[in-house]
Amino acid sequence: MTVTEDPATQATAPEKEIGRARLRKEDARLITGRTTWTDNMVLPGMLHLSVVRSPVAHARITNVDVSAAADAPGIVAVLTGRDLADEQGSIPCAWPVTPDMVNPGHPSIAVDQVNHVGEAVAVIIGRSRTAAADAVELVDVDYDLLPPVLDMEEAVREGADLVHESAGTNTSYHFVFDAGEAGTGTDTDQAFADAEVVVSRRFINQRLIPAFMEPRSVVVQPQGDNYTMWSATQVPHILRVMLASVTGVPEHKLRVIAPDVGGGFGGKLQVNPEEVLALLIARRLGKPVKWTETRSESLMTAHHGRDQIQYIDVAADREGNVKGLRVRLLADMGAYLRLITPGVPALGAFMFPGIYKFPAYRFECDGVFTNKVPTDAYRGAGRPEATFAVERIMDELAVELGMDPLELRRRNWIQAQEFPFTTVAGLEYDSGDYDTATQQALELVGYDELREEQRRRRESGDPVQLGIGFSTFTEMCGLAPSRVLGSLSFGAGGWEHASIRMLPTGKVEVVTGSTPHGQGHETAWSQLVADSLGVPFEDVEVLHGDTAIATRGLDTYGSRSLVVGGTAVVKAADKVIAKARKVAAHLLEASEDDLDFTGGRFSVRGTPGTGMSIQEVALAVFAAHDYPEDVEPSIDADATFDPVNFSFPHGTHICAMEVDTDTGFVKIRKYACVDDVGTIVNPIIVEGQVHGGLAQGIAQALYEEAVYDADGNLTTGTFVDYLVPSAADLPHFDTGNTVHVAPGNPIGAKGVGEAGCIASTPAVVNAALDAVRHLGVSDIRMPLTPERVWRAIHQGGDGGDRATAGSNAYGGAQTETTAGVSTPASSLGGDR
Amino acid sequence: MIPAPFDYVRPTTVDEALQAVAAGGEDVKIMAGGQSLIPVMRLRLAAPETVVDLGGVAELKGVREEGEHLVIGAMTTHAEVIADPLIARYAKLIAEATETVADRQTRRRGTFGGALAHADPAGDLAAVALALDAEMVVAGPSGRRTVPASEFFVDYLTTSLDEGEILVEIRVPKLAGDWGVRYEKFNRVAQAWSIVAVAAAVRREDGHIAEARIGLTNMGPTPLRASATEAALAGAPATADAIATAARSAAEGTSPSSDLNAQADYREHLAQVLTRRAVTAAAGL
Repeated sequence: MTVTEDPATQATAPEKEIGRARLRKEDARLITGRTTWTDNMVLPGMLHLSVVRSPVAHARITNVDVSAAADAPGIVAVLTGRDLADEQGSIPCAWPVTPDMVNPGHPSIAVDQVNHVGEAVAVIIGRSRTAAADAVELVDVDYDLLPPVLDMEEAVREGADLVHESAGTNTSYHFVFDAGEAGTGTDTDQAFADAEVVVSRRFINQRLIPAFMEPRSVVVQPQGDNYTMWSATQVPHILRVMLASVTGVPEHKLRVIAPDVGGGFGGKLQVNPEEVLALLIARRLGKPVKWTETRSESLMTAHHGRDQIQYIDVAADREGNVKGLRVRLLADMGAYLRLITPGVPALGAFMFPGIYKFPAYRFECDGVFTNKVPTDAYRGAGRPEATFAVERIMDELAVELGMDPLELRRRNWIQAQEFPFTTVAGLEYDSGDYDTATQQALELVGYDELREEQRRRRESGDPVQLGIGFSTFTEMCGLAPSRVLGSLSFGAGGWEHASIRMLPTGKVEVVTGSTPHGQGHETAWSQLVADSLGVPFEDVEVLHGDTAIATRGLDTYGSRSLVVGGTAVVKAADKVIAKARKVAAHLLEASEDDLDFTGGRFSVRGTPGTGMSIQEVALAVFAAHDYPEDVEPSIDADATFDPVNFSFPHGTHICAMEVDTDTGFVKIRKYACVDDVGTIVNPIIVEGQVHGGLAQGIAQALYEEAVYDADGNLTTGTFVDYLVPSAADLPHFDTGNTVHVAPGNPIGAKGVGEAGCIASTPAVVNAALDAVRHLGVSDIRMPLTPERVWRAIHQGGDGGDRATAGSNAYGGAQTETTAGVSTPASSLGGDR
Repeated sequence: MIPAPFDYVRPTTVDEALQAVAAGGEDVKIMAGGQSLIPVMRLRLAAPETVVDLGGVAELKGVREEGEHLVIGAMTTHAEVIADPLIARYAKLIAEATETVADRQTRRRGTFGGALAHADPAGDLAAVALALDAEMVVAGPSGRRTVPASEFFVDYLTTSLDEGEILVEIRVPKLAGDWGVRYEKFNRVAQAWSIVAVAAAVRREDGHIAEARIGLTNMGPTPLRASATEAALAGAPATADAIATAARSAAEGTSPSSDLNAQADYREHLAQVLTRRAVTAAAGL
């Protein structure tokens, strides 16, 4: 047989794209910034907004004098809350977690009262960005101060000062999940009454700031009674629906475009007050307007995340078999309820049992109002909080029982052969093998050597002690089955939509409803389609983010894009192939049943050398000169996918931590993790997501904390004080994977966007505690600042509060002064 | 993040700069790199009427020898300081501390003189200048004067520079003899300011510490010398125990602030630990 080199006649299938480490198509433009960031948008006649913000946390507004600002050069108008009161409605809350949840309403701009520092009190509309910025300090607002409500435990006491007087309470809701009542577990009180061992802890899951790279930005263009909004948002589709309901601009008169968006981490899963204001002002003035926030505004007023006080009780027998878990939360809502503010802790309710077979479980959560910026989704949204609590309490239980923390976990986790497994919280975990992942992680980290070194350091009384911490976690991803969301009172479904358009030249347009903000959808979706349709990776273009192009969608959050949105793409591709098959059969004069489709070509079985590619079918259908009588001349297709279950990535994370007992400085010595995220479409993207997630999870453990002072000022109002670590501060990550395909979607993917962030935080804290537990330390509050670690070692307790004065960078800057108010401190700065 | 309007002047000589400062109105700020001034202006914590940018004054750049002194031009950038062979030879402590300043981008633009005149107690270079007994050469309308570092730093972000004056160069005595140096910086993330830092220069003679100079960063509104520790070390044996004992008095006479990163008592503790480490390393132990 003669070997032929002619590629045109080669019958071998091209290399599979799924699993290939493709460099990302979108990176060059995203990294250089030469792209359509919202703030790069310039429209003829565009006006610029700047927002005057409250420098106080809680006050009645007694007067707003805008006359000086209105007369300033380049100023078109100045609007107050009173001017917009009748048309601004309320920022929507899509997740009323209980029927009697108290929602006081959320004005986009304060009318009578301000409830957190940074709340909008006036909007300047200027001909230039600088004119609008200069006029901010000319607005004179009189405030009648009210006592700020800042501490959740005080806020829920009888007779506490109230954030919203009219609500009569600081408690927004009381949400309960009781496994005994739900029929998914036994009676929790009985389990605790019968237990041989009970361990109780109070954990603080501190307030964090999403700190996305691209600041929020919005541009609105009016055209007659139509409006086009460009916004740096994760959720153009949700934003469109919500803006229509808030402002009364009908949905079909509103087009929302999320151009390239530079990160979000949940922080852009929101209907922002400034988006509402920009639309109202564009409508009022009939002119295009732009608002782009400063970094100070972003840290101070974009929603925050986490902020829970967790009271956790675990019950067990002396052999280390867990018997029950009881969780009571105070969850800080901040001053108002935004899009899914109340739902974040409620979502976490189902993840507190983690990977363990608790027979009994009860969860209670109070959503609490305070005079701080609202909280909402932040990478993991409810699941990091739950994972932290259960992985920390398992370590505490192990200490109480004198057991190895890994042995305790092994004894209680779900075994590989038990999948699918219905948990005490009622979730059906899909697939996995916790033991294998753990074994791999132990090898990756070099566990035995580290334990030996730990022993040596302890025995020699080394000032630098070593600890090892575990987190064996799972999470629920692929948000979400629409019926389940409905049962949780969420205001929308969780399906996703995709279209595939076969162009005449054989190129392929994929339209996805899952709007990326840095994840790499364009690359991953191209890989999916290249494999499904057998077309070159380069021939696929992915369109997204414009409600006029991607007409249906539910956007990107909750590690849902590949699992739900990617599946919609695959299903649409299947439909394209089915349609093309009819046309190909007609053109090849063969029966459909006799056609094979491999490598992008239809061929007639048993007739070598015949056939045509799907790209040729696309041209034939475009010409439409010859196609079957009973079909339309199109092979384009749409698909909508609604999963029947979540997917459940899992993994084992191991952190080895050095603690300098002289100074309290902690340094990650080694970090290894083995994650099971199901099928891996692109290993580089998965690795990148894991690295970024680890960075954020480690940041919660060691660096980041939104700190308010006693007056309700955000002390960590710049990146000088809100410490986001850089690569220089983070260790090398040793990562690995096991692959148990997700049975709930044809790709087999589970989701990876949040895994590193969810898993890492407790591993890091457990490691630090393991290093110094023999010195009498049983808890250290996050973030583990050197001072806290040092105090916990040398003075006991959890390290205590941090002093809330400003740092001495920038002349002792306090956040209130960044609202554009000049202060005595203004005269201080200067580098001579 | 947009500064208030201001006038901008970019002189090319010291004389022009002095005239520009004199003519600049009520509130003049001198920009010597801008790595602190520009952020403060963008936050509108400072709103000067005039900014006089010394970036074009060539005579303020560079390092030269003058007898027993090194003379460092005020506008010599951090990156230039780090790479300078004279500094490496005669004032290595300055280079070592400068390497810890902020990040690469900041070190490219920020200047030695700018950092000293800014007098941020959390800045790294003031304590070094103090430990090395540097002298500041100041130009003003009525000529030049020289101020020892010990009199230059007056208070928080405040120096003895009078209105209309410019810091033009820094004279640093060359270290002669068997000196070891160490800058021991403590911060939480790589690019951050010092929570506390200790600059140590130690001269050894016959197994003893003949002389130790120790500057403290961020232990009060100005940089300080750890005088009690210096006294205890003078003539002490170069041993770990002797150094540890001496370091226990490192925080004497300090008045550190409390902020997000550290409360005062913790800073005092850090000063002791870091002094022990810095002196130990500088003594070559």
